[in-house]
Amino acid sequence: MTLSEDAVAMPLLSVRGLTKLFGSFAACSHIDLDIAGGEIHALLGENGAGKSTLVKMLFGVLQPSAGQIVWQGKTVTIGSPGEARKLGVGMVFQHFSLFEALTVGENIALSLDPKISLAQISDEAASLSKAYGLPLDPKAHVADLSVGERQRIEIVRALLQNPKLIILDEPTSVLTPQEADRLFETLFKLRDEGRSVLYISHRLEEVRRICDRATVLRHGKVTGACDPRQETPASLARMMVGSDIAEVHRESVQPGEVRLDVADLSVPASTPFGVSLKNITMKVRAGEILAIAGVAGNGQGELFDILSGEHTVPENDAVQIRGRAVGEIGINGRRLMGASFVPEERHGHGAVTGMPLSDNLLLARNQSDRRAFLGGGLFSIIRHASVRSATQRVCAEMDVRKSGEDPAAGALSGGNLQKFIVGRELDRQPALLVVNQPTWGVDAGAASRIRQALIDLARAGSAVVVISQDLDEIFEVATNIAVISEGQLSDPYPAGTLTMERIGLLMGGVHERHSGSEVAHAHRA
Amino acid sequence: MHIELEKRAAMSPAFSILSPLLALALTLVFGAIMFAMLGKDPVAAMSAIFVEPLLETWSLHELAIKAAPLILMGVGLAVCYRSNNWNIGAEGQFTIGAITGSYLPIVFYDWHSPLVLPLMLLLGALGGALFAAIPAMLKAHFNTNEILTSLMLVYIAQLFLDWLIRGAWRDPKGFNFPVSRDFAPEAVLPAIWEESGRAHWAFIFAIVAAGLTWFMMRYTLKGFEITVLGQSERAGRFAGFSSKKMIWFGFLFSGALAGLAGICEVSGSINHLQPAISPGYGFTAIIVAFLGRLNPLGIVASGLVLGLTYLGGEAAQLSIGVSDKVTRVFQGLLLFFVLSCDTLIYYKIRITWTRMRGGVA
Amino acid sequence: MSMFEAILLTVITASTPLVIAAIGELVTERSGVLNLGVEGMMIMGAVAAFAGAQMSGSPYIGIVSGIAGGAIFSLLFAFLTLTLVANQVATGLALTLLGLGASGMIGESYVSIPGIRLGNIPIPLLSDIPVIGPVLFRQDLIFYLSIALVIGVNWFLFRSRAGLKLRAIGDSHGSAHALGIKVIRTRYLAVMFGGACAGLAGAQLSLVYTPQWVENMSAGRGWITLALVVFASWRPWRVFAGGYLFGAVTILQLHAQALGLGIPSQFLSMLPYAATIVVLVIISHNRRTTLMNTPASLGKAFVPER
Repeated sequence: MTLSEDAVAMPLLSVRGLTKLFGSFAACSHIDLDIAGGEIHALLGENGAGKSTLVKMLFGVLQPSAGQIVWQGKTVTIGSPGEARKLGVGMVFQHFSLFEALTVGENIALSLDPKISLAQISDEAASLSKAYGLPLDPKAHVADLSVGERQRIEIVRALLQNPKLIILDEPTSVLTPQEADRLFETLFKLRDEGRSVLYISHRLEEVRRICDRATVLRHGKVTGACDPRQETPASLARMMVGSDIAEVHRESVQPGEVRLDVADLSVPASTPFGVSLKNITMKVRAGEILAIAGVAGNGQGELFDILSGEHTVPENDAVQIRGRAVGEIGINGRRLMGASFVPEERHGHGAVTGMPLSDNLLLARNQSDRRAFLGGGLFSIIRHASVRSATQRVCAEMDVRKSGEDPAAGALSGGNLQKFIVGRELDRQPALLVVNQPTWGVDAGAASRIRQALIDLARAGSAVVVISQDLDEIFEVATNIAVISEGQLSDPYPAGTLTMERIGLLMGGVHERHSGSEVAHAHRA
Repeated sequence: MHIELEKRAAMSPAFSILSPLLALALTLVFGAIMFAMLGKDPVAAMSAIFVEPLLETWSLHELAIKAAPLILMGVGLAVCYRSNNWNIGAEGQFTIGAITGSYLPIVFYDWHSPLVLPLMLLLGALGGALFAAIPAMLKAHFNTNEILTSLMLVYIAQLFLDWLIRGAWRDPKGFNFPVSRDFAPEAVLPAIWEESGRAHWAFIFAIVAAGLTWFMMRYTLKGFEITVLGQSERAGRFAGFSSKKMIWFGFLFSGALAGLAGICEVSGSINHLQPAISPGYGFTAIIVAFLGRLNPLGIVASGLVLGLTYLGGEAAQLSIGVSDKVTRVFQGLLLFFVLSCDTLIYYKIRITWTRMRGGVA
Repeated sequence: MSMFEAILLTVITASTPLVIAAIGELVTERSGVLNLGVEGMMIMGAVAAFAGAQMSGSPYIGIVSGIAGGAIFSLLFAFLTLTLVANQVATGLALTLLGLGASGMIGESYVSIPGIRLGNIPIPLLSDIPVIGPVLFRQDLIFYLSIALVIGVNWFLFRSRAGLKLRAIGDSHGSAHALGIKVIRTRYLAVMFGGACAGLAGAQLSLVYTPQWVENMSAGRGWITLALVVFASWRPWRVFAGGYLFGAVTILQLHAQALGLGIPSQFLSMLPYAATIVVLVIISHNRRTTLMNTPASLGKAFVPER
């Protein structure tokens, strides 16, 4: 289908001047968008560009402040997801709207006509999932399923309503490359049936590969519409980001002494929905950046807790920092040895949202910088002045944009808060830094700054562990790469020797693949 | 009508101060309406409850007596609640503190020494803390809901006191009334200013406890730890703080202050043990803590306000002939309004009168 | 009537209010709302039922009035926690404190007035069965309602689509909202159902258990109810069993007091409260199963984006 044909045919969905205000902030501003029948239409944009807000309005979760939505030639008001479904719009959310305690069948039933019986729904779901290559067991509890399987529920749930338009919000961010390929097959099948797909992503390669047209958003406004196959990744990125992003610069250094050493450590899951770690073995030297790739929910959080000491283990020798056994030592003890940690979740883990930045500085450094920040002997009286000046230093160093002298952490944008949290640790010049998802949900400018800071830190002689789901990021910063899957960590490989495909296979489960598992077992034995 | 909330980027400092005052004003308005419906002159009734007790010296002393246990317990509970531990059994810890503190003056009646009083206070605080240690231990080790266990223990404490007073500790010369013998003079908490009135040292303790706690919360690492763990256990663990130890700290701290309040009440105001030693101070202290926005200095003010509702309720019963049960109703209403007004601190409230929303045709 | 039958009857009378109030709270909590105000709603129901019966002369009007009293009172809680997203724990406490105060004031004129007892309704044929008949089928309306409630709520939660929606909201209110399920509206209804049940339980206290008005006559039953729901892992039939277990403990300690076993009566009176603590400890010490059973959004505030 060409662009000229589109202009003639009536679009399936047409959006004119759609605006959404949150207070005085315009999350979406005068958006125009046309989606033709039978096309895969990409909605491109950075985190925070307004993509999610836009599709929530299309699906009736949010109400627009101004503008109109035209569906098959008729102006409509979509007051609720139910109304959207009746029109023929289906939605697969980025953060799944699934219920862990319920079964697959019950989850599907919740979005369907209450008159249809649960048994009937299960039958239909089973046949549908077979037809589209999305195998599912209706009786399984969602809590027991993998992320990929959960996404299938969402897709089947949308398909059961026979939609004319299916919206997918960042569907591949939680999939291995192989799983993503399977998803694309399904999408092509849908297009061939004449359905339209609105595909939201910030991954340029993917969009160029599968989409017929693209609309690009930046800061809540449309900045371009194009045929992505005619564009280069660089030209798409320019539309998306606005200016050229500083390229990350790196040169390798000779690795030094071992700073972090984990030997054959197994840890059972501490919650019913957690992942057990199995035979984790890793060594990180000064000057190295070990990146740990993996699909979300494969034990990254658990691994981070073990490394940081938020979860201590009885095998004291199994974790060593700078040659000292620390398995039983808590997070502050490890910090005193020169280690620093940046967790994945900013709100309520790396920072307390409601507290000012200075308090959040003290959060991570109340013992490691005891001399500077505390006085009064046993009473441990906080020296607010010196904490505040350290806070200003960190903000200046990392270019943290904030309103006011010492605002609450929650008042900062994701990127600025993350720069602060990373800067808070870099300010200590740690000998070892462990960071989980350093740039998750962060704008491109902040992301490149953070990645550069990690590389600079390693070059200055620190050991760095980066746990990340973002393969582009991993290839950008890593000197060595290992993959975590179902709580098992693969051997590390030098960054230059691994391809995307190879990582994809490892992400799919080392223990299932011959090549991977043999290497891993040989090492452990 | 449709009410929508919009989260503020940061807490509103203006409403942090205004919200308790607004709640107080709303309670007064509602109270006036309630009296009007009962056929009483609302102005006279409100004046009898909230103004007249403040006009005479003796009743100011009574106010200090009523406010002291409320402030002591309110301060302890505020620290506990700040750390996200829900001790609602202060009434029970108060009772046990009264019992353990009374051990010396009742069982060793003939021991006369200036040491008696300080030891009593110490034993009272210790008893309250130990009793609060039960829900703390159950929560820390067995993950048991502390709200329910601390509350159940209130009933147990009161029954235990009842048993003591009707049994072993009953005054042999008390004509079989369920009271203990009166404390010897050196076991009685002295008045602050004897010539002026009855108010005793418990009020001083309360003010000192509030001041010290305020300092702890504002300036020390311990206060920081309490605030962090209360807002996010996960972030607290990241900071190297232990939420398990905080359970113990919160309960022991609030239990000790409740126990101290208990022995002060018995020693300073009642002078003997009896089955009923508290008109629900331990529960009212929960309201005190919230009305003071969990801030120790605010709690001094709110303790005085709620002390006034006790005093005013008694006064109103005599002067305008309404039940002293209005005290409890006022207290309950006050807590409701405090909680609703707190919403204004965190959210902007928009009220739309129709369901139409702008722009979408 | 034999001694055994008499004891069974008193156990049933003591257990019924616990079962009813706990079933109501179970539905509230399944929707993700923790209402600690059961004690307050129950005592309001008790005074409303007593007043209704006195004014109309009919205990049945009393029942209706008790249910209405509890439900209307619970609306206060719903408005604060659901519309104004106030802290659920604190608001529940407020509800209890206000309920105890307000009921005392309303009921002041009813103190030591003889109450109106709700009569029994024998069920034809069934009531003639020996032992079981007089115990189970010669009961009052509220007992029959309690059984119907357990069966009905069990069916509603696990067999009906509306119940599925309610459970979904309790599991994840964010997801439910994204699917277009009315979170706030459902929760309002669930809180009011809890209030109505607590009110009915209160009516049982002032019309059946001790047909008179006594201040604070709920005596902590509302709190025991909350423990029962945890004990039952949010399942209706286990609530039923737990309610009868607690009822039996209460009655047995009363009989033990009457027999005078040499144990001070105060210690026997402590039994139901101590038993509650013990049961809570046993149930909750396994963190894993507690986590699995607890509705995941229980007690968490929900503010929809618009």
